[in-house]
Formats: sequence, structure tokens, C-alpha cells
Amino acid sequence: MKRREFIEKTAASTALLSLGLSLSSFETNDIKHLTILHTNDVHSHIDPFPADDPRNPNKGGVSRRAALIETIRQENPNVLLLDAGDIFQGTPYFNYYGGELEFKLMSMMKYDASTIGNHDFDNGLDGLYAQMPHASFEFICSNYDFKNTVMNGLVKPYKIFNKNGIKVGVFGLGIELAGLVDKQNYKETVYNDPVEIAQDMTQLLKKEEKCDLVICLSHIGYKYKDDASKICDLKLAELTQDIDLIIGGHTHTFLDKPTVVKNKAGQDVLVNQVGCYGINLGRIDFYFDKDKAHSNQGRSIVV
Amino acid sequence: MVKLKKYNGFLKLFVIFLTLFFITSCSQKNYNLTKIEGKQLPITEKEAETPAMENFIKPYRDHINKDLDSILAYCPENLDKSTGKWQTSIGNLLADVCIERGNIVFKAREKKSIDLCFLNHGGIRAILPKGNVTTRTAYEIMPFENNLVVIALKGQQILEMTSYIIKEKKPHPLSGMTFTIAKDNTAKNILIQGKPLDVNKVYYVATNDYLANGGDSMTFFAKGVEKFDLNYKLRNVLIDYFKSVDTIPVAKDIRITEE
Repeated sequence: MKRREFIEKTAASTALLSLGLSLSSFETNDIKHLTILHTNDVHSHIDPFPADDPRNPNKGGVSRRAALIETIRQENPNVLLLDAGDIFQGTPYFNYYGGELEFKLMSMMKYDASTIGNHDFDNGLDGLYAQMPHASFEFICSNYDFKNTVMNGLVKPYKIFNKNGIKVGVFGLGIELAGLVDKQNYKETVYNDPVEIAQDMTQLLKKEEKCDLVICLSHIGYKYKDDASKICDLKLAELTQDIDLIIGGHTHTFLDKPTVVKNKAGQDVLVNQVGCYGINLGRIDFYFDKDKAHSNQGRSIVV
Repeated sequence: MVKLKKYNGFLKLFVIFLTLFFITSCSQKNYNLTKIEGKQLPITEKEAETPAMENFIKPYRDHINKDLDSILAYCPENLDKSTGKWQTSIGNLLADVCIERGNIVFKAREKKSIDLCFLNHGGIRAILPKGNVTTRTAYEIMPFENNLVVIALKGQQILEMTSYIIKEKKPHPLSGMTFTIAKDNTAKNILIQGKPLDVNKVYYVATNDYLANGGDSMTFFAKGVEKFDLNYKLRNVLIDYFKSVDTIPVAKDIRITEE
């Protein structure tokens, strides 16, 4: 009897002990590292610029970009690869193949998502629709309503990516089409206000879905010097809350480093854009832990 | 019995422990963002190429290069937009070609013919060099996706167009019309298709959609009474023209003269 009782007790306490141990290790070592890689306004630049190009000699090139992305994936497989639109238009590759090669190469590089830029309408909605089978990545745009067009159902308002336990909510914003894109090309696509849509999206992604990170893929432009009233990434960051990162495009803005903007709630938002033509790849690394002591602490931003 | 009771008591403790364990550690607790690092990685020749990607791109590139470099016509001398005060050989050619090729579509669709063509000097993006002319040449001269459009303009707006030309002092491509700049900087002797300008008549003016929509401050196009989009890209106008001729004619005739 005694012996049996002893064994039972020992077994139970061992179980308790091991549970306790695993519990403590669960809390202290659980640091997650997520790498966001991004491009914008690549404009059909598949080959590198030639060596005698007056502005960008020997820069860019999809094959080199693919190699760089692969090297980063070897270091940290937890990568989210995004594009902020204007994939189309700029070299004969687009004139000859209508964007087929651009989409196929982005799929080969395992892009996760892209938003829609104004030039992505250049062959009309039908031209964009025709290339959709070549894209294995998502198209995300929250403020264009494609309901009454051939693109209905092919563009998501948002998507939540689960990256090694980190919930990443991504939504997209497109620029006003009237006056910029020929009506024949965008037809019944409805443009909605980016700020209002961003507020709806952050409410959904941060408050309801409890995403750990909210990213806005934007093609509304970084800033407009000549038109201060026009909505842009910097203004969007100030006017909203619960966006952690805005990845921008359209204005072909080259930044030395991501811009840090205080949002409506006084928190830091990162706004980044990497020029155009696939000359640069943007990289933002996010580190997370579950240590409760950090929950109310400010995040350190190294840019 | 006694033993079982003891055991139950222990089990109870164990269940409480498990419950606590799940509540404290495995409840859905969000991650805290602690650190962000951002940088920009330039893509240069230092980066290795990806053979699989290169092999995938090659057939597309080869096809485009073969097509772009196929010879369409011969050009006997350099046609350059920087030689000429009021007209240039390349501007004359472009405007002439737009009427010639545009009329094929316009006559078939609308049973009307183009009276004149007016484009912008800035829209010519490269020279047409002496030698073999290829599709690539057309892409270099006209990289934009602009369509050829026809605007029905009243004679009054043609007058505004001449004022615009005189004010701008640029050799904008012009065809189908000639005029003289008088000493007082107004236009006189305006002839369209060889006939004097009638301010009440409607003329069919070919241009590109960028200018028709007010580009380069060509506000007179907005006053057009009718607009026809020929759905014909200017670059394709040029390519089709090159295919149709053997040797490019050099149009050096004077369209705008100064008194």
C-alpha cells in the first residue's frame, strides 16, 4: 500500500514539476521575429537598368531581388513579402505581355500580397482581370469597391496572416481614380474615403480580430507639396490610430529611412516607401514577446 | 476505500492546478511589440542572380528584343526635335503621319476627315536617327500610352491655338495648317488644307488624349464641340507608318513663318 501511494505521489509531483518548468520556459523564451519585406511602383522593371543609364546604372532587376529575398528567408523564414501597387506599365514587358510576366515572377518570389495602383488599371479592368490567373498572391484594397465590375470578389478588403503565431492584419488603400485614370479603364469601380475606411479597418483588425500588428498597404502617395489638402500617407498616419506600419507607393518617394509619425492616440506609426522600379527592397523587422512587463512599455524603434 | 479517497483529494488538487495553469499561461494573450528595426536594401550588381528566374525571363526577353529590333524602314538623316525655331523635321513627320494614319480610322468610323493635327513638342521623347528604323525607335520616340483623338474645334479655337503657339515659342508639331506670325505677334494668312480659316466653321483636329484633356495648358481643346477617341495609340500609329514605307520622307517645308 505505502509503496503504491508513494509511487502515485511521486509520479504526480513529477508531472507537476515538469508542467511548472515548461510553463516558465514558455514565458521567458517566447520572442517572435517577423520580417516585412516590401516594394512599390516596380512598373514592369524586370531587367536591371543598363550600365550606361544616366540615373540608375546597374540598379534593380527581379532576378537579383529574388536572390536577396531568398537570403533573408534563410536567416528568418518568418517573412511577409508585400507590394504597394503600380506593378504594371513602364517597360515593353508590359506592352507585350500585359503584366503576365510581372505576376508570374512575383508569384515565384512568393509575394504574400499587393494592393492596386492607378497604373494597374492601364489595360482596363479587363486587362487586370485577364492576368489574375498568373498571380498566386492576394490583392488587398479596402477603399475600392469592385462590386459592379469584372474584378468583383478578386480583391479582398483585408487579410489576416498568421505568421508563426503572430496575427498580422493587412488592409489596402488606393488613390482617387477620377482625373487620374481614364474612366473607360476603371468603369464602375467606386473610390471610398481612405481615412474613413482606415478607421473601419483598424477597428476590425485591432479591436475585434485582435491582430498583433496592423499594416496598411497604401497607394495614396507619401506627401503632396503642392496640394496640402490631398490625403497622403503622412496625413493618414496622423488622422488614424492602431496602424503600426504604412507601406506606401505612387509618389516614387525615396526615403533614407522610414518616417516615424505620431498618430491620433500619440503612438508611433512607421511610414515607408522605397522609391520605384525595384531599385530597393524595404525591410522592417518586428520583435514581439509575451512578457507582461512589456505590455505597457513603449516600443523601441531603430531606423 | 481510504486509499481511493486520498487519491480523489489529490486529483482535485491536480485539476485545480491544471485549470490555473491554463488560465494563467495558455489563455489567448496577445504578443507585445517590443522592437522595430527598419532599413532599405539597395538592389545592385553585387546581388547574385537567381538562375531559375533568369531562365524563366529569357524567352520573354528574347521575343521582345527580336520584335523591337526588327527593321521596319530606313531613315536617310537624323530627324531631331532640337533643330528648328517654329517647326522641326521630326515634328512635321509626326503630325503628317497622325493625319495619314488617323484618317484611315476616322473616315471609316465617322465618314469625316481630319483637317489638321497639333501635338506638343515635349511629347517627342527621342530623335529618329539616320539608318535602320525599328519598333524600338518608335518606343523611344513615343514611350507613353497616349491615344490619338480628334476634337471638333470652331475656327475661334483655332485662333486661340495660334496664339498659344506664338506665346509658347516652341516648334510644336503641326500639319494641315500654315500661318504667318505678324510683326504684332498675331497670326495671319491662316490656311487650313490650303483654304483661309473660317472662324465659324468646325474643324477636325487630331491630337493626343493628354493634350485633349488640357495637358500642357492647351485649354482650347476643352472648348471642342465633339470628341472622337480613335482608340489608336500614337506609338502604334508610328509603328504602322514605319511598316508602310521603305524610306522615311524628310519634310522640311515651312508651316509657320515670321513676317
